[in-house]
Amino acid sequence: MRARNFGEVLITALIKATGYSAIVFVTMIFIFLLREGSPALTEVKFSNFFQLRWYPIEDYFGILPLIGGSLLVTLGAALFAVPLGIASAVFIAEIAPRWAREVLKPLVEVLGGLPSVMLGFIGILIIAPAMRTLLNIPTGLTAFTGALLLGGMAIPTIVSVAEDALDAVPNTYRDASLAMGATRWQTIWRVTLPAARSGVLTAVMLGIGRAIGETMTVMMVTGNAPVFPTGLSNLFKPVRTMTATIAAEMGEVANGSVHYHVLFYIGIVLFVISLIVNLTAASVVFRQRKRAERILS
Amino acid sequence: MVNAAPALPVDHADRVIKIKIEGLSVSYSDGTESLSGISLLIPDRAITVLFGPAGGGKSTLLRTINRLNDLADVVEVRGRVLLDGEDVLSPKTDVISLRRKVGMVFARPVVLPMSIRRNLTYGLELSGDRDETSMDEAVERSLRAAALWDEVQDRLDEPAVSLSGGQQQRLCLARALVLQPEVILLDEPTSGLDPISTGKVETSLTQLKQDYTIVLVPHSVQQAARTADYAAFFLGGELIEYSPGRQIFTNPTDQRTEDYVEGRFG
Amino acid sequence: MTADMNASLGPQKTAGVSASRRKRIERLGFAGMSLAALLTVAPIVLIVVHIYSNGLPAISWEFLTAIPRDGMRAGGILPAIVGTFWLTLGTAVIAVPLGVGAAIYLAEYAADNRWTRTIRIAIINLAGIPSVVYGLFGLGLFVLFLQFGTSLLAGSLTLAIMTIPVIISTAEEALRAVPNSFRVVSVSLGGTQWQTIRKVVLPQALPGILTGVILGLERAAGETAPILFTVAAFFLPRLPHSIFDASMALPYHLFVISTQVPGMPIRIQYGTAVVLLTFVLGMNVIATIIRSRARARRQW
Repeated sequence: MRARNFGEVLITALIKATGYSAIVFVTMIFIFLLREGSPALTEVKFSNFFQLRWYPIEDYFGILPLIGGSLLVTLGAALFAVPLGIASAVFIAEIAPRWAREVLKPLVEVLGGLPSVMLGFIGILIIAPAMRTLLNIPTGLTAFTGALLLGGMAIPTIVSVAEDALDAVPNTYRDASLAMGATRWQTIWRVTLPAARSGVLTAVMLGIGRAIGETMTVMMVTGNAPVFPTGLSNLFKPVRTMTATIAAEMGEVANGSVHYHVLFYIGIVLFVISLIVNLTAASVVFRQRKRAERILS
Repeated sequence: MVNAAPALPVDHADRVIKIKIEGLSVSYSDGTESLSGISLLIPDRAITVLFGPAGGGKSTLLRTINRLNDLADVVEVRGRVLLDGEDVLSPKTDVISLRRKVGMVFARPVVLPMSIRRNLTYGLELSGDRDETSMDEAVERSLRAAALWDEVQDRLDEPAVSLSGGQQQRLCLARALVLQPEVILLDEPTSGLDPISTGKVETSLTQLKQDYTIVLVPHSVQQAARTADYAAFFLGGELIEYSPGRQIFTNPTDQRTEDYVEGRFG
Repeated sequence: MTADMNASLGPQKTAGVSASRRKRIERLGFAGMSLAALLTVAPIVLIVVHIYSNGLPAISWEFLTAIPRDGMRAGGILPAIVGTFWLTLGTAVIAVPLGVGAAIYLAEYAADNRWTRTIRIAIINLAGIPSVVYGLFGLGLFVLFLQFGTSLLAGSLTLAIMTIPVIISTAEEALRAVPNSFRVVSVSLGGTQWQTIRKVVLPQALPGILTGVILGLERAAGETAPILFTVAAFFLPRLPHSIFDASMALPYHLFVISTQVPGMPIRIQYGTAVVLLTFVLGMNVIATIIRSRARARRQW
């Protein structure tokens, strides 16, 4: 009896420890990013960060072009991934027959599992050349190509989370709408989708979050020119994202150099952005769930 | 206010009292199903029935006896529940061995997702028993006591979910018997069962009361009347009336008891 | 709810628009949605078909088992395959106990208080951190501070921390799906909490947990950014000998040979892509099979 009790106490303690490990990890990540990145704040004049040239060799550390690049590519990705993703989720959850659903869901999951380097690979071998010939531009490695592929990576996230949210809407809502004479189409847009609103919003935010954080694909296909995108024409010119900058230049910097610190600093910026996006997405879900519980009880 | 437990009538004075409940009050964090100042005697080798409308506190009382209430959101427990003279509510109680002494059957048949045999030996597994022959004996013994042996003896290794609802519930009864408890608590065990299965369960209980203390929450007044050696009427968390079986149904003392028994509310 | 619906559907409007017109709108709408779904799904099929058709010819026994030669323009990709294998294994060894343990804690033990909410926020955060930031973290902590150097150890640790949130969320869901009545029954028979978890809850949740683990490892196997600075070697024509060795890895290899090496035969590029794709798809298929078989066999 005593032996079993001791073993049980031990296991319970271990489990509790692993439970708190997530907090430990996040803290560690933040600390180490700070450790290597905060020197940049003293080594580089603050105004340097906010000018429009990123040319570390000559001490130009303007991160605006990088932020601009990330924004342009992410927005472009969102512009086509969000409608396509939501529409696909609606199709899978509400319209498709059972057999189609059994085929589509695994396929979307496969797309979500494709390594980013593989999409980048397809990008440089097929899509970029196609863009170049089709649109008659000097190079196919542009923000647009990046946006296209990033959208392809964001769609599976949006589809699976949104589809779950739509699935969770109780059938009674749909039944009530149909009983009033609405068509299935009207029901989807006026009843089901609004009811799943917070879940769909979460899906979109998580998808965008994934797009912002993507590295390899954008590094391979956006041309890696840190030019601040001033207008829509820049969509078809090369850009550079924050993530690609870190990945591309980290291998070439000297340990402890200013450039090295600045790259970590960009990492901190990315960390904070992802924090904001994900916390907002999560709080939407929590708030909605609480409201739902109050209504249903 | 601790009430003295209402005494049993003179002609039952030689009964051994298995469980003595003194001034028990229980309240949950959300205010539901509380008990206030319950005092009750539960004799050994008899069926004591706790009946009354929903929300009266009967399930709470059962779950307090085997400390299953520890899993729920209980805010306050006052009073004493003495099993063989020892207070089960005391912090020094070995809850694990208490639950082996006091078996429970729930309202919906909950079979574990295992074979029939393993459902039964699960309790022995938990206590570290490993002897195969004694396990087989326990399986047969408890299935016979629950009147299920004939129906399942050839398929002990099939999944328990393949049984019908009535069979599953009798399996749950057998499962509680395997550990050779002293007390069996049953919380509306036949709700949702067809009349034949209900009859089989009631017959088993009548057999079992010769060796066990049985506390039963029935799902109808009629079942209470059929099975009770002693009956307690609960209303809104209070014990209204308590007496030997026949009496409370044919000649209740309290008006509320009579109203309920006559079906004027419920 | 009903008031909202009445307002939006509007009795007058419904009566005014003819039924056949509404039907036509519906048919168009459905067609549009199915087009969207097709646009989403077709590229996947096309990509997979394209890579296999161009890459399978490159696959040979030599390709899979030989060391690269001539600056990786010839020979095989064995070190990359072995490296990815070890990294995936290392990730599993670290991430699975931590992730499943944390999931058990959240599903079975944790009370609903501020600490638990903090844990959940931390997990959401971890899940959203960009992979390149994980790479930076791995560089800062494991490679430099703890002085593991560019090694399988540093790479596995980095990938593991990245994979843990994925495992936690799927495992917790699988544990919560197990009906609570099982736990109550086990406790009523004298079981302790850990006995209940070990004997009833975990076995029932195992397929779901396994699926989550495999999908998490699938992602870890395909990631490049976290291993860029922590383990990946550009051209290492030998197999790693210890966990402190740097190593090649399939995703990084694909990246390098498609962007950094002039004159790389296209056959080898597609061949490497095929191997990586097969590894990733294979895990996906296994996870799907486990999931559907478990659903069929479920006893509740």
